[in-house]
Amino acid sequence: MAIPETKEAWAAAINRLTIGATTAQGGTRKSTVTVGGAKCVPGLAFDGDLGEPPAVAVEVWDVPADDWPEELAGQYGAALNKPGDWAKKAVEFGADMICLRLMGVHPDGGDRSAEQAAATVKEVLAAVGVPLIVWGCGVAEKDNKVLPSCTSAARGENCLFGTITEKNYRTLVAACLADGHKLIGESPLDINMAKQVNILAQDAGYPLSDLVLYPNSAALGYGYEYVISILERGHLAALNGDQLLRQPVLCNVGAEAWRTKEARAADEEVPGLGTAARRGPLWEALTATGLMPAGADILVMRHPGAIALVKQGIKTFMRAG
Amino acid sequence: MALTGLEIYKKLPKQNCRECGLPTCLAFAMKVAAGQAGLDTCPRLTEEARSNLNEASAPPQRLVTIGEGEAGFPMGQETVLYRHEERFHHPCGIAVRVEDTLDDAGLDARLEAIGQMAFERMGLRMVIDLVAIDNVSGEAARFAACAKKAAEKLNKPLVLISGNVAALQAAAASVAPRRALLQFTEAAPGEDLFKLAKEKNLPLGLQADSLEALTALAEKARAAGLQDLVLSPGAAAGPAAALEFLTKTRRAALQKKFRPLGYPVLTYALGSGDEALIAACWYVLKYAGIVVVDTLEPVAVLALMMTRFNIYTDPQKPVQVEAKLYAVGEPGELSPVLITTNFALSFYSVEGEVEAARVPSYILAVDTEGTSVLTAWAADKFNAETIAAAVEKSGLAEKVKHRKLTLPGHVAVISGGLEEASGWKVDVGPKEAVGLTSYLKQRWKAE
Repeated sequence: MAIPETKEAWAAAINRLTIGATTAQGGTRKSTVTVGGAKCVPGLAFDGDLGEPPAVAVEVWDVPADDWPEELAGQYGAALNKPGDWAKKAVEFGADMICLRLMGVHPDGGDRSAEQAAATVKEVLAAVGVPLIVWGCGVAEKDNKVLPSCTSAARGENCLFGTITEKNYRTLVAACLADGHKLIGESPLDINMAKQVNILAQDAGYPLSDLVLYPNSAALGYGYEYVISILERGHLAALNGDQLLRQPVLCNVGAEAWRTKEARAADEEVPGLGTAARRGPLWEALTATGLMPAGADILVMRHPGAIALVKQGIKTFMRAG
Repeated sequence: MALTGLEIYKKLPKQNCRECGLPTCLAFAMKVAAGQAGLDTCPRLTEEARSNLNEASAPPQRLVTIGEGEAGFPMGQETVLYRHEERFHHPCGIAVRVEDTLDDAGLDARLEAIGQMAFERMGLRMVIDLVAIDNVSGEAARFAACAKKAAEKLNKPLVLISGNVAALQAAAASVAPRRALLQFTEAAPGEDLFKLAKEKNLPLGLQADSLEALTALAEKARAAGLQDLVLSPGAAAGPAAALEFLTKTRRAALQKKFRPLGYPVLTYALGSGDEALIAACWYVLKYAGIVVVDTLEPVAVLALMMTRFNIYTDPQKPVQVEAKLYAVGEPGELSPVLITTNFALSFYSVEGEVEAARVPSYILAVDTEGTSVLTAWAADKFNAETIAAAVEKSGLAEKVKHRKLTLPGHVAVISGGLEEASGWKVDVGPKEAVGLTSYLKQRWKAE
């Protein structure tokens, strides 16, 4: 009996989007990162064009990460005190991009100024040749004061800025339009809200093709299935032609994985579960692994061991040929 | 795919003979469709119609059980490709491989380790589901001896992996009456294998390196009267090939009702390297019925089990616990009172930490309709009034002498309101459950 054809005929592909600009493109990056382009269910080469493999962005903060457990902080050592050095370490660890999180501008986290934040952006750009994601502190009022200085400090570099939300998007949309940056639209694990943020950005004059979706994340074992289903629903809707969900998807893997007991707990708190040096990176890597078949395009990560493992998994499952 | 009553009715004799005990053929058809009557009670049904109906009313992917009764492991009968479409039904089995080339001491140690591997998460006890004895030695006697030992030591369903029919026969006999899966690894099974599976009523695993070849094998086995089949791309298939095999099999069965591939799939993720673990995760997420692994590293096995647990939860039902007061350990009148929601993840995270800290405590799970602390707070289901009402209802005032509640750090903002509404003092606890151990041991004081 002949096996029936089960290849899907998808109507559309995920948007292809490039972050970073080389000297020839008006920036100073040594490399750029292109994500998206898939015209199939992730990893299924027989089904259609796999597009670009997921990219790994590594977190760097503008202030030392004070709540990172020793296993994680120890990987970066003194570099945690200097964003430029931290970024260099991240590139050594395999970062395709740097995800600079401006934790220090938070009113309760140091309340650093717009000038200080812009200087940090410049420091990181000068220290490494990979493209940059710049992520605000999440307090709308403060981000609106700080991020425009950062977009202008990175003008021409084609960075990815975040995040815009349903309640706060105008300032950052205008700044990114003016300075030529890509944008992350954030939504709270809700597919309609994700579309709504995209509509708002579009109405404000920002092209849908320059947006990245951030539908929020969770770690393996901690509400992970909600994220997987949101990603899968979005990816399938995009393949079926929904313009408002065709954006590449970013997942905050490291931040979520390193909140978990499996990664954080001291060895004596989880007897029999192995050392922190093993548990943390493994939990981070496997959190990332499960998000890829669901449609993650950019994985924001932390631990070098996890980064290496995830890159290996990408090579095995997410590359054509 | 179940047939509707009308579809069944069309194939019936339509004589309204009442010999089935129902007034009309239509009424009978409706009963059959609802699963309340079997076709056998219709004495006038033609053989052709009977076999048509039997075939058409069978689920597109067969439910195959390894072992039997309480200790049996059911797999298959899946209905969707993505969990949001409905849900995944029969969680993928984690099988740990035991090579029959181990010496007796090695064998004992490995079986022991398999038996002891267990985790408590979300109120569930998670254990290794199956043991896969692999006939690496090629010897029938050694294989049978290892299988026997595994059957004696562990009350777990068995997978017997071999390319040698005589070895499978010996091992199956040595573990009888256990209903082990015979996983045959050669591409050309003969009638002797089918006969063995048929006579002993054992599920049979077939493997081939192409779907075409496997389809032919499955058809042969079906023609020989076998129904409980398991399909496998084999241990040599690379990860990408295995993923393609899993996906095409599932799609062919569910979307095209293609019977020869309508069975659960067994995949291998062997070796002790982390690449095997990553592959195993992909297979669990993407349609495997069983994944055979070598690893017995606790955190790796836990990660696989959690991946499986997450993907197989019902998306229509928030996982929740009963909203009430829980006593962990044997709390007394000076024990802490920790407030959380009745979202299972929140509750079990807190409970796990309290147990780990060994500080007997009360946990008050407030009814938030199964939503998490921050979600419930945002939806106004976890606020000063709802918490105060839950405290009142719980009878805590008679159970503890102090008047202090510990609130999750994420909702510190409602502590003032809660003090006012409840009349209790409010202590702002850690944001994440993982911080509870040090909180309970170092920070918490009754006064």
